[in-house]
Amino acid sequence: MTKPASSTAFGARFGYRISPVGLTAAAVVLFWGAVALFAPRLVPYSVGEIVDADYFGPISRELWLGSDYLGRDVFSRILMGARYTVGISLAAVAIACICGVTLGMIAAITGGLPDTILSRFLDAMSSIPSKLFSLVVVAAVGSSIPVLIITLSVIYIPGAYRFARALAVNINTMDFVMVARVRGESLGYLIRAEILPNIVGPVLADLGLRFVFIVLLLSGLSFLGLGVQPPYADWGALVHENIGGLAFGAPAVIFPSLAIASLTISVNLLIDNLPTKIRDRGAA
Amino acid sequence: MRESLVQIRDLKVEATTDSGRKVEIIRGVSLDIAVGEIVALIGESGSGKTTIAMTLLGYARSGCTISGGAVWVDGADIVAMSETEKAAVRGAKIAYVPQSAAAAFNPAIRIMDQVIEVVRIHQLMPPAEARAKAVALFRALSLPDPETIGDRYPHQVSGGQLQRLAAAMALIGDPKVLIFDEPTTALDVTTQVEVLRAFKAVIGAQRIAGIYVSHDLAVVAQIADRIVVLKGGEVQEEGTTADILNHAQHPYTRQLLAAFAPSPHVVAPVMETPGLKPMLEVHELTVGYGPLQQDGRPLIVAVQSVSLKVAQGRNLGIIGESGCGKSTLARAIAGILSPHAGGIVFNGHELGRNARKRTRDQLRELQIVFQHADTALNPAKSVEDILDRPLAFYHGMSRKARSTRIDQLLDMVRLPRALRQRRPAELSGGQKQRVNFARALAADPKLIVCDEITSALDAVVATAVIDLLKELQRELGLSYIFISHDLSVVEAICDEIVVMYGGRKVEEITPATLAAPQHPYTQLLVSSVPKLDPTWLDTLRQDPEQVRAYCQR
Repeated sequence: MTKPASSTAFGARFGYRISPVGLTAAAVVLFWGAVALFAPRLVPYSVGEIVDADYFGPISRELWLGSDYLGRDVFSRILMGARYTVGISLAAVAIACICGVTLGMIAAITGGLPDTILSRFLDAMSSIPSKLFSLVVVAAVGSSIPVLIITLSVIYIPGAYRFARALAVNINTMDFVMVARVRGESLGYLIRAEILPNIVGPVLADLGLRFVFIVLLLSGLSFLGLGVQPPYADWGALVHENIGGLAFGAPAVIFPSLAIASLTISVNLLIDNLPTKIRDRGAA
Repeated sequence: MRESLVQIRDLKVEATTDSGRKVEIIRGVSLDIAVGEIVALIGESGSGKTTIAMTLLGYARSGCTISGGAVWVDGADIVAMSETEKAAVRGAKIAYVPQSAAAAFNPAIRIMDQVIEVVRIHQLMPPAEARAKAVALFRALSLPDPETIGDRYPHQVSGGQLQRLAAAMALIGDPKVLIFDEPTTALDVTTQVEVLRAFKAVIGAQRIAGIYVSHDLAVVAQIADRIVVLKGGEVQEEGTTADILNHAQHPYTRQLLAAFAPSPHVVAPVMETPGLKPMLEVHELTVGYGPLQQDGRPLIVAVQSVSLKVAQGRNLGIIGESGCGKSTLARAIAGILSPHAGGIVFNGHELGRNARKRTRDQLRELQIVFQHADTALNPAKSVEDILDRPLAFYHGMSRKARSTRIDQLLDMVRLPRALRQRRPAELSGGQKQRVNFARALAADPKLIVCDEITSALDAVVATAVIDLLKELQRELGLSYIFISHDLSVVEAICDEIVVMYGGRKVEEITPATLAAPQHPYTQLLVSSVPKLDPTWLDTLRQDPEQVRAYCQR
């Protein structure tokens, strides 16, 4: 190996190599996860309460991240916003990947006509611009959290399907799948026991990437005022409502943006630096 | 004593494992190659033979480093050179003929441009001169149409031709040393003969020194002056070809030689009960690929009206060159491919056209074992899980019964029980093939179709696997259909042999009558199997008419 082994002693003990970048990224992701879970207990002020006489107030001892365009506490609003951003994105990515990957594996195993129909249908889906599609849906049925989750997952199903199908087609040509077929195994067993364990690594990496896309799309929708509706606000909505403070360099517009950036970049770095198992046959 | 062109002194190569541990894979090897001498490196896979050969180019695989010793080639130490200096030597002074020419050629560039690329890089001669020289080399390597073959793309020539073109590519820069890395391993025996002849003629004419890496002692006997036997990165034995073949000292060398004389197969007594039907009867089977044509036949017919019979407790061998349809036939019997016409009767019942139309019991009694254990075992599962599934699926055993049975199966295939928790990637090639076989045994089959199961193994390991199969047959009363391109393997285990050519069955023989086959293709096949006798290739006389008729060389 030409690359210097930058593994931590902690990981090596369990037979894994963990890079420091991955560890930092994981810490940031875990931090936001914890914030989303425990936000109601952490917030110093109620999110709707006007606590500052000034608007776009500066960072102070009382208001850690300043105040927003109505004089509300930005810190509390970001903590609560994490719930919507992380929660909605997580739900959407889970639905998108479970549906996409399952359909992809079924298509790869079955082949023939079902594969063609499924592939062409989802190709047609993915040819619709994602922002436009979500705009139309939200305009038609109105914005609510379930609608957002379903719209976001529908948008990302074709991508997950394509990815999983491409991986599963490669595994499907292997002899061990053939052995299982001539053993008389059912479709469900082939997918669960033969294909899935061999594609789960790339699929998880893809899931992380798709989560990032969904966070960005959700924030974009909220920024346009079509996402999470007031009085609730996710990070995109926070940027949107405080955009007027940009001219003053107000912390109220900078920190929600930093929150979005830190979450997406960390997830990206984490999936690029997942722990790798140390395979060493001869080692004691 | 002739002067040495290549001197390898106390060579050490180190590999760094995943956890950063250093492992010495070549442990102080020294050897000499004189001008015009071919030295063969022989040993099982993992013995370091290719690694040593590659150090002549100053190259070590990624993850490996040359950690000690010197490799003097024509008065210069390659190990001490800088990358730029090495680049100047590679191709010009030392050249390499790869194992798989098909993988070594770029499919998008014409052959001629690839052959003369070395000359262009080192600016040895003008392109027109290089082309003329390449054509001369093509002629010397007895390639067909030497004037125009260079204008083709790699997929437009046969495997044997491509291997010779790879040799032409290596020879064009007039190297002093050639490295042959198992250049005929991937070829059919009938093609191998011609390629070996061509190599030998060119080497003799140009007095080229070389290293010939192989695991096939009989091939090496034809071409090498001296043989070096390796095991575990160390030289076990060294001597002239005649010495090694006749007076081998080292136990490993003797094992290698013994692998060439497999224990003769005791032919099972023929049960001449007229009323008893054979266990498997294949009747006029036609199998093909691609969409059906207007005449109702598939686009490519791979197997054409083949009939065969296998009796209980007896073994049938199917032999033929690659592309003759033997694997397709096996897949049709196992129910992977649907035959286009004909039928298969197993135990008195007509089998469904494919696996879906067969009952679970029919599938259980007829198992197939694939050639590549690497791809036939799910890399994400442990040995235990792999063997567990057929037990649960076919026999519905309880967890405890399955666990006991897994231990029994591992004992049967002579694998230590401690391997249960291992993943396939953590096993050797021979061990993987045993697990692969144990999985078929787990079904309690009556007939096992073995598709080239020893082809990817070393001679010594393959012999051990064959012996195991024979033993299991005695204990369990199994029958095998044994598919191979290796005549000696089939001879060692089969009662009847079917010879296939071009999708048709050309002859049915028994090992006893193998010496005097009737069909010309069988005659050619039998005569092409290399023998340990170093004079075999030089004295081999094959009817050129037959060769033309049956080899697309």
